[in-house]
Amino acid sequence: MKDKIAEKLLLFIALSAIISLMLITFFIFQQGIPLIFKAGLGNFLSLKWAPTRGGFGILSMVVGSLMVTAGALAVGIPFGLAAAIFLAEFSSKAIQKTLKPIIELLAGIPSVVYGFIGIVILVPFIRETFGGPGFSVLAASIILGIMILPTIVSISYDALLAVPNTYREGSYAVGATKWQTVVLLLLPAARSGIVAGIILGMGRAIGETMAVIMIAGNALKIPGSILDSVRTLTSTIALELGYAAGDHRGALFACGSILFLIIIVLNIIAIRITSRK
Amino acid sequence: MSKISIKRLSLYYDSCQALKDISLDVESGEILAVIGPANSGKSSLLRALNRLYEIDRASIEGDIRLDNESIFRLPINVLRRRIGIIFATPVVLPGSIRKNISYGPRLHRKLSKSDVDELVERALKSANLWDEVKERLAESASFLSGGQQQRLCIARTLAMRPEVIMMDEPCSGLDPISTAKIEATMLELKKEYTFILVTNNTKQAARVSDRTAFFYLGELIEIGSTQRLFTSPVDRRTDDYIRGKFG
Amino acid sequence: MTFRIGPRTSQIIFYVILLTMTAIVVIVLFFIIFYVLRNGVDQLTLEFLSDKTREMGKEGGILPSILGTLFITVVATVIATPLGVGSAVYLVEYTRAGPIRRIISFGADCLAGVPSIIFGLFGFIFFVISMNLGWSILSGGLTLAVMILPTIIRTSEEAIKSVPHTYREISYSLGGGKLDTILRVVIPTALPGILTGVILGIGRAVGETAAVIFTAGSSLGLPTSIFSSTRTLAVHFYILAREGISMPKAYGTAAVLIIIILAINFIAYRLMHRFIARYY
Ligand SMILES: Nc1ncnc2c1ncn2[C@@H]1O[C@H](COP(=O)(O)OP(=O)(O)OP(=O)(O)O)[C@@H](O)[C@H]1O
Ligand SMILES: [Mg+2]
Repeated sequence: MKDKIAEKLLLFIALSAIISLMLITFFIFQQGIPLIFKAGLGNFLSLKWAPTRGGFGILSMVVGSLMVTAGALAVGIPFGLAAAIFLAEFSSKAIQKTLKPIIELLAGIPSVVYGFIGIVILVPFIRETFGGPGFSVLAASIILGIMILPTIVSISYDALLAVPNTYREGSYAVGATKWQTVVLLLLPAARSGIVAGIILGMGRAIGETMAVIMIAGNALKIPGSILDSVRTLTSTIALELGYAAGDHRGALFACGSILFLIIIVLNIIAIRITSRK
Repeated sequence: MSKISIKRLSLYYDSCQALKDISLDVESGEILAVIGPANSGKSSLLRALNRLYEIDRASIEGDIRLDNESIFRLPINVLRRRIGIIFATPVVLPGSIRKNISYGPRLHRKLSKSDVDELVERALKSANLWDEVKERLAESASFLSGGQQQRLCIARTLAMRPEVIMMDEPCSGLDPISTAKIEATMLELKKEYTFILVTNNTKQAARVSDRTAFFYLGELIEIGSTQRLFTSPVDRRTDDYIRGKFG
Repeated sequence: MTFRIGPRTSQIIFYVILLTMTAIVVIVLFFIIFYVLRNGVDQLTLEFLSDKTREMGKEGGILPSILGTLFITVVATVIATPLGVGSAVYLVEYTRAGPIRRIISFGADCLAGVPSIIFGLFGFIFFVISMNLGWSILSGGLTLAVMILPTIIRTSEEAIKSVPHTYREISYSLGGGKLDTILRVVIPTALPGILTGVILGIGRAVGETAAVIFTAGSSLGLPTSIFSSTRTLAVHFYILAREGISMPKAYGTAAVLIIIILAINFIAYRLMHRFIARYY
């Protein structure tokens, strides 16, 4: 009897995550989708963002989000994979035990701190070395690249460790060197896990807000080079939500809906990949 | 009337049948030894008797009666209190010796501190462990030696005041001295409890049990007084087994 | 002249490249922490920690933000912990592979990937506006509770899974029911692992900005009730730094944040290790 009630109660509790997800989906879309219909797709996908005067074009922000995300991956993937391979294949147990939590600590540092480091170090450095305003696609890419490292490292690392040892032995047995084994055998074998890590990292990058606002410059145009200022979907939401009302607020939720959709698709792909085994 | 009476019992796991049409009685106050090679269904038999097979999602046919009442009619916690079980590897729960022993009784009723003191002392004395641990009842049980842990498990079962105690190879991981202590405990407790002892050690069966049952591949091949079974087995397979011809 | 790289040389080059890149990652991390602490520790006086904030943060201390962070985090933890641990218990103890488990797991995995600005939007429209809770500690705490829920679910699930099956068997064989077994054996045994999840969740909540700035607001007054608007440390730091109000105060606030995060991660790490040492 007691057990039956407990089971029902726990089932209810266990649904909290999925119910939250459904509530989030409902409210974001309910606030955002009507505006897209009202403005019309042509307006919504245009370059003109003047939400208080009927311009709801999000194109430059979408391009901005994609650019900084691509930049983040360009930084995060090589370093993330290198660290994962180094940890999984070239380190002793002791080094693994020290480095893994250190890299995971990177994930714990608040995004505002990353943004701040960007402002006080990276932005002036870029301005002085390459010219331009410093607040740029490049600055955002580097900082976001660092921020997604822990995701890429820890998922790729787990994927590499999951490759059975017999593979390695088989490869050494036919005379392959360690790095040939890594490149020709282990990376392909761990491919799906690594891809999942990259996809999740991509979700992190595209959804990151505070750090990007602080260092990307937020100018409302499609950047001509990586030294130009850029504005993302997330920055627009965070910069304007405080004072937006009416259709303007609807437009911000429309940005949120697009972002949310991208994230959910990325998540589903990553979950698919990792749960296939 | 027998303490336990098993009628035409079969037990199935997902894919395989672990017990095939077993009928046997366990008499009150006896020590019944159950012997047989690996996979003969000895553990499955014990898990059927206190319905522990249910957590393995196995299914059962036939009937088992305890004091002439079907065990499937008894509330499961009552059944498991009346028929206790000791496993091959001693598993002490995290926490102190005292906590381990009072775990079972506490599930069923509120106990004052003095109740617990009394019950712990009595259980440990019956299990021949009191003298070794009386100074450190509040310490973690995981620091005890393997033999002490097994006797702690026995004390933990005794604390529930069961009627039947089932033991599944209780000495398989223990040294001869610890084994001797446990066997002595069983012989002392025999006055109050009924024992079913699964063992891989035919000598142990011969030393302590009144009757012995021989299982082979899920079937009950032969059962009889221990002395008779070990001196003049009826079945070839029993003979082979007790002469050690099964590997 | 052709120059061929032998397998041994290429092996060494490869190793050096990997080592260098890994070293860069680690150095960057230490640099960030070191840089913030070096520039911020001078600010860390008792006065700074215990004084009200004056002139938008140019003067005075950060007491309101410390309290705001504390209260919001407490609300989030108090709500998310029972939900997260309950979900984990249900997943491990009551479900087998099948649609229900898949749905619950999917919810947790997806929620874990949702960016904080989406939580901010959601909390703003749902808690602040629809439920009419206003910009408040309660709205912020509820929003963060949803955000840290998956962290707590996942970590608790791992902890509960690693409780040896034999413990449950012993409990059942002593006449314990399922609930007895969960409450008296499974949860106490998994507790260090569960706490690790809760602490990691607290870490995420403390460092969060986007999800709280639109749900708890940025008021600098001392909070008086759960319905007060408040400004967390992370939000305060963001405003100081972005609006260039005061660099020394910004460094000081960042140092406080970093110290809290380091302490939280250290505790979580220690707990996890004790747990792993015991059961793996
Ligand atoms: N939980 C289970 N799920 C599926 N099959 C099982 C399970 N437990 C036991 N079996 C199978 O049931 C049969 C009988 O096993 P059981 O453990 O009862 O034998 P046993 O006589 O106790 O052997 P041993 O001397 O090795 O302990 C075996 O074939 C075994 O593989
Ligand atoms: Mg067995």
